[in-house]
Amino acid sequence: MLAYLVRRLLRIIPTLFGILLIVFLMIRLVPGDPARIMAGEQATAEDVENLRRQLGLDKPIHTQFLIYLASLLQGDLGISLRTRQPVMSEILTRFPATLELSVAGMFVSILIGVPAGVISAVRRYSISDNIAMLIALFGLCTPAFWLGLMLILLFSVTLGWLPAAERGGIEHLILPAITVGMVSTAIITRQTRSSMLEVITQDYITTARAKGNPEKVVILKHALKNALIPVVTIAGLQFGTLLGGAILTETVFAWPGIGRLLVDSIFARDYPVVQGVVLFFSLSFVLVNLFVDILYAYLDPRIVYD
Amino acid sequence: MRKIIRRIKWLEKARLGAFVKILENRMAILGIIILLAFAFSAVFADFISPYDPLHIDLEKMLEKPSTKHILGTDELGRDILSRIIYGTRISLMIGVISVIIGLLFGVPLGAVAGYCGGKIDNIFMGITDVLLSFPSLLLAIAIVAVLGTSLVNAMIAIGISQIPVFARLVRGSVLSLKGREFVEAAKGVGATNFRIIFSHILPNCLAPIIVQSTLLIASGIIAGAGLGFLGLGAQPPTPEWGAMLSRGRIYIRVAPHICFFPGLTIMLAVLGFNLLGDVLRDVLDPRLRMLKARI
Repeated sequence: MLAYLVRRLLRIIPTLFGILLIVFLMIRLVPGDPARIMAGEQATAEDVENLRRQLGLDKPIHTQFLIYLASLLQGDLGISLRTRQPVMSEILTRFPATLELSVAGMFVSILIGVPAGVISAVRRYSISDNIAMLIALFGLCTPAFWLGLMLILLFSVTLGWLPAAERGGIEHLILPAITVGMVSTAIITRQTRSSMLEVITQDYITTARAKGNPEKVVILKHALKNALIPVVTIAGLQFGTLLGGAILTETVFAWPGIGRLLVDSIFARDYPVVQGVVLFFSLSFVLVNLFVDILYAYLDPRIVYD
Repeated sequence: MRKIIRRIKWLEKARLGAFVKILENRMAILGIIILLAFAFSAVFADFISPYDPLHIDLEKMLEKPSTKHILGTDELGRDILSRIIYGTRISLMIGVISVIIGLLFGVPLGAVAGYCGGKIDNIFMGITDVLLSFPSLLLAIAIVAVLGTSLVNAMIAIGISQIPVFARLVRGSVLSLKGREFVEAAKGVGATNFRIIFSHILPNCLAPIIVQSTLLIASGIIAGAGLGFLGLGAQPPTPEWGAMLSRGRIYIRVAPHICFFPGLTIMLAVLGFNLLGDVLRDVLDPRLRMLKARI
């Protein structure tokens, strides 16, 4: 296990380097003169030169990269061109909102997806199975931003039960969490169903039944425990979908997270913030994947890692 | 010669078998009908569209669905049905072109990595690992942020985010095929590596590539609509479904139909490709078929 952990951690180093390189090149790859674009059309030549110096774009590219890495090690992601605040503090101020939304989305996915998948598998080909699979299929096909708007239309505009926008108490979180978690719910439902179907045909389940265990115990204690192993991996990988979905969901619900910060910064051509948010998102994604891999190795000791 | 004829007949029979299996599946039929309807709308938009999708008529703004405007009008009095019909062209184009970009770069990348192995494999798969470290929508947004907001850039961005998916898929298939007898035979008669990869191995990986392409067109359509919704894809007045939703959400309280119909259309288009993709996977992938039979 320890050897696997070390290998897995070592494997992440080139990936991290690649991410840093891509994010670093983002500003440099902007067609035309990035400093001129960021400074805006009305900026004077002097303003453009100042900005170029401020961003270090006047130095050779390898020096720029080394400076970038050194700054990162000190937690410095640069200064926002729009607000003149450090990018890191802009991100850290807004990150709790995105984290809250993603965790709530994951909670909704697991809370609905796992029981729905289990019921579907146990009552295979029944009406409840067909309905669950149909809902899962539509969940996969429905654009999250449209679902969000329709939820607002139904629960906020028509029924007046839940607020439509802004961050606040738990009632503010319900609609965005359902919106962001919908695709993951569908995927977890399908995965739980297929895992359960595979597990309940195994010999040890027949043995558990033969020993006179009640069906509930057989399903929940013996079958579900093993069926959940691949579900954990899928759920972990869904975190990326949730992060991507958060960008759209935050726009629909005016949620003050880093997804919205990213979109606003793109329109404002605030590239240091865009860079910072992209880096932050991808690093979170990589770390979650790492955690899922380690958790998977812990949950299923049969796996032999090369 | 007889052997060749027999082989061709066997292949035709196998293909026909797959085709029959697709047609036997009700979900596949539904998917095909949905996709044919969209393809028809895209090709014959000029003839079936009741109004000019760009024609502004402020006297008719925010009209509810009626006999004159079946799906109502938007905030500028434009006919929503006509905009949805023309939007089919754009959304299908986003889905298909992004997949073509993904295929063009991802397939050779994965094939060469899988076939050559060693350092080349490590480098190529390292690149795909890095690309896969970005959630796909985030990668597309980041690329659009660099290239600028436009429909073409959105297609390129979504296409690039699909490259690692194809590369991984093809590499896996090539790895499982490269030790087979027909590859050894091709090597034996002196075929070049290029010929072995592209004439012998890749044609045998077509089934998973076709399935993945179908499913990724669906993802491409959703991603394109997502970028359009954020204002990072097609720009006004282009009748793109996501952009229509984005502008319509301001009027959701007074004219919900502006948002309802474009979203429903996106869902149907994605449903069509997903249904077809799922059935193609069942029919073309024998391993999955066996697994399903066991379950």
